[in-house]
Amino acid sequence: MYKLLLSWRYLRTRYIALASIISVTLGVATLIVVNSVMAGFRTEMHKRLHGILSDLTFESPGLEGIYDPEWHMQQIREIIGSDLVGMTPTVRVPAMLNFQYRGRWVTQQVMLIGIDNETYAQVSDFSQYLLHPENQQKLQFLLRQNGYDPKLPGSGWGYRQNRVAFERTYMRELPSGDDSFNRDPTGSAELTGPTPLPPIEGTSATAANQGAPSAVMPPEDPFNKGGVPRDPFNVAAPREEIKKFDEMTDQYTGVILGLAIASTRYRDPDGSVQDYFLVRPGDDVQITLPTAGTPPTAVSNTFTVVDLYESKMSEYDSSFAFVPISKLQDLRGMIDPLSGVASVTSIQIKLKPGADLNAVRDKLRARFPAEQYPYRIQTWRDMQGPLLAAVQLETTLLNILLFLIIAVAGFGILATFFMIVVEKTRDIGILKALGAPSRGVMSIFLSYGLSLGIVGSGVGAVLGIVFVIYINHIAKLLEMVTGHEVFDPTVYYFQEIPTIIDPVTVAWVAAGAVSIAVLASVLPALRAARLHPVEALRYE
Amino acid sequence: MSNVVDYTARGYNVDELASGGRESAGGTVPQRDSTGGLTSSARQSSARQLPHSAPPGAALLLSARQLHKSYRKGKLEIPVLRGVDFDVCEGGFTAIVGQSGSGKSTLLHLLGTLDAPDDGEIYFEGNRIDNLPSVSRDILRNRHFGMIFQFYHLLPELTTLENVLIPSMIAEGVLRYWFNKRRHVERARHLLDMVGLSHRLNHKPRELSGGEMQRAAIARALIADPQLLLADEPTGNLDRQTGREILTLLRSLNVEQNLTIVMVTHDNAIADQADNIVRLVEGRVEQV
Repeated sequence: MYKLLLSWRYLRTRYIALASIISVTLGVATLIVVNSVMAGFRTEMHKRLHGILSDLTFESPGLEGIYDPEWHMQQIREIIGSDLVGMTPTVRVPAMLNFQYRGRWVTQQVMLIGIDNETYAQVSDFSQYLLHPENQQKLQFLLRQNGYDPKLPGSGWGYRQNRVAFERTYMRELPSGDDSFNRDPTGSAELTGPTPLPPIEGTSATAANQGAPSAVMPPEDPFNKGGVPRDPFNVAAPREEIKKFDEMTDQYTGVILGLAIASTRYRDPDGSVQDYFLVRPGDDVQITLPTAGTPPTAVSNTFTVVDLYESKMSEYDSSFAFVPISKLQDLRGMIDPLSGVASVTSIQIKLKPGADLNAVRDKLRARFPAEQYPYRIQTWRDMQGPLLAAVQLETTLLNILLFLIIAVAGFGILATFFMIVVEKTRDIGILKALGAPSRGVMSIFLSYGLSLGIVGSGVGAVLGIVFVIYINHIAKLLEMVTGHEVFDPTVYYFQEIPTIIDPVTVAWVAAGAVSIAVLASVLPALRAARLHPVEALRYE
Repeated sequence: MSNVVDYTARGYNVDELASGGRESAGGTVPQRDSTGGLTSSARQSSARQLPHSAPPGAALLLSARQLHKSYRKGKLEIPVLRGVDFDVCEGGFTAIVGQSGSGKSTLLHLLGTLDAPDDGEIYFEGNRIDNLPSVSRDILRNRHFGMIFQFYHLLPELTTLENVLIPSMIAEGVLRYWFNKRRHVERARHLLDMVGLSHRLNHKPRELSGGEMQRAAIARALIADPQLLLADEPTGNLDRQTGREILTLLRSLNVEQNLTIVMVTHDNAIADQADNIVRLVEGRVEQV
C-alpha cells in the first residue's frame, strides 16, 4: 500500500521527473503520427496501385503474346475454381504517342494497353478513374458530346468541331501547299494523320465512321471479320462503302490517356495547382507501335482521345494509354489469318476479396511451370514489389529511429531516477527502519517508473491521435506560417494527407514506451533496494 | 503478505512472535535457549549483570551478549563496540549514555536489527535475532519494535496521519490494508490524540514544529503496538522545554502502558529520568 501511496505522491510532487518523460511523450506521439500517416499512405497507395492492376496477371513477356487465350483462360478457370471473379485478356505493348500541340509535335512514350471494354471492368477499378461520368458507368471508346469532368472544360464533340472548323479556316488562309500546320512527322503518305484529306487506304475507322457523331463505331472492324487484316487488295471490294472521313463528324478509334500524359501540372501565380492540357478529349493522336512479327516493325495509327483517367498514381497516369483490344490485335497482326484466333499478351485475373493471391499464383505457376511455358504469373504485389518494399522499409526505419528516441528518453528517466533515489535516500532508510523489505522499496521506484511511463505514453498517445485527426488543419496552418507547402500537390496526388489510426499499433507503441520507462527505473530501484538502512538514515 | 515468510526456519516461532509472544517469552532466557554461541565467561558475566533496579520477577525482553562492531574507513578499521553485554527487562526504561563516538547509536541500531554485529548475539524474548534473514528482521522491526530518531525521520510527502499509518501499510498488502483501513485510521487518530496532535492530522511534516514532529514519530512507532521502543536521541534536536515534554510523554507511556523503552542520549539530565542507565565508554559498558 505504501508503495502505491508513495509512488503516487512522488509522481505528483516531482515535476522534474515529469519533464524527463516529455521525451517519451513526444516519441510516442511522433511514432503514432508517423505510423498513421504511413499506414494511410500505404493503404492509399495500395488502393491506387491495385486500382488499375488486376489481382493476378498472366502474361507473356514476348511481343507475340499468348496464342489461343481461350484455352488458357479455360485452364485458369479450372485451376482457380470458385475464387475466380473475372478474367479479361489484354494486350500490352510499349508504344510512342505523337500529338500536335500549337503546331509542334509532342512525342511521349506510353504503355499501350488493349482492353476489352465489356470485361475489363470485372477485373479492375479502372473505369472509376475516368473523367466522364458515363464512362465510369459503362466504358465506351466513343467521344461524348460533352459532360466531362469540370477540370476538362470544353471537351467532346463540340470542341472537336470547333477545332476542326478553326483549322480549316486557318488552312484556307495559308498559301496552298504550305502544310506546315499539319506536317506529318513520319512523312509517310500511307498513314492517316489528322489531315482532312481522304485516306488512301481503307482504315477501319474511315470505313466504319459514316455519318453523324451519334453514329456508333463498331468495335470490330468489319473488314477484319474475314481474318485477313490490312490486306490492300481488300480495299477494292467495298469501294462504294468508303465515304470521305470527316473530322467534323467522325472519330478514329478511341484512346483513353492518363492525365499526366495529356497534361502538365503547374502552379499558377496565385500558388494554386493547375493542370494544363496539351491534349483533351476530341483531339486526335498518332500512336506508333511494334507489330507482333519478328523482327517487329513499327506501325502507326491515328486515334481519337475520348477520355482521360486519373488514378492518382503518377506512374500509371503518366504511362498508360488504353485502346480497344480488337483494334490493337488488328494493328499488330496478332490475329491468325487462318483460324481467326487473336493472341493476347496477358490475361488479367480478379479473385474474390480475401482470396490468397500467393497461393493461387503458386497453383498457376505449378500448372504453367517456367521451364515449359514462357509465361510470367504475378500478383499485383509482385509487380509493385520494389515500391511496396521501399515504403515498408521506410516505415520500419522510421519506427526504429523513433524507438531509439524513446530509448534515449529512457536514459533521461534513468538519470532522473538516480537523482530522485539519492534525494530520497533518507526516506528509503526510514522505510527500511520501519520494516519495509528491500523488495517493497524497489517496487516503489518500479511502480513510479511504471506510472511515469503510463502518464508519458498516455499523454503521447492522446497527443498523437489528436494530431493525426487534425493533421490536415495542422498542415494548412504550417503552410500559412512557413509559406511552404507540406505536401506539394504537384508532386503528390493527395489533396489531403491520408491517415489511418491502427489501434494495435497505438497499443504496441504505448506498451513499448511504458516498458522502456520501467526498464529505465530498474537500476535506480535496485540501488534503492540495496541501500543500507543505517547509512541511509545517517545521510543528510 | 510479508507474514507468510517462513519465520521458523531459523528457530524463531512466528506464532509466538505474533500472538502469544509476550506471555510465553517470560520463561525463556537466552542462556538456556542457545548455548552454542555463548562462552561460559559471557554467561557468567551476564548472570552477574542482571539489572539491579529492575522490578523483581520482570522477564528479560532484550539482551545482548559480547557485541562487537567496527566500521571501516578505507583501510583503517575503527572498532566501535568491543564486547557489549546489555539486558533490558520488560517494562523497563533504560537510558544509554555516553560521549559522542562511544557507540551508543550503533548499539541501538544493532538492538533494532538495522545493522548486524560483527560478533556477539542479540536475543529478543529469548530468541536470537541478530542472525535472522532480512525478511524476518523486517517483520520484527515492523511489528515488535518501535523506533524514534533525533531527526524525527517523517516522510516529507505524507501528512501526519499517513506517516503514522506507514507501518500498517508496510505490514499489510493493498487489499488487506483497504479492508482494515478504518480500524487502522481509527487507531492512528487515537494515537495522535494521545500524543496531542489531533489538530495536525493533515499537515505535512514541514508545517509542524520539532516537538510536533517527534510526537508524530512516537505515534508512528506505537501504531503496531510494539513491545519495545528504541529512541535515538529523541530530544537531541529540541529545546529544553520541548525535550522535557517529549520525555514526559515517553515516561507516561512506560508507566501507563508498560512499554519497554531503550533511549540513547548524551544528556545526563535526561538520562536521569530513566530507571537504569547504561554508560558506554570506548565501546564497553560501564556500570553506574
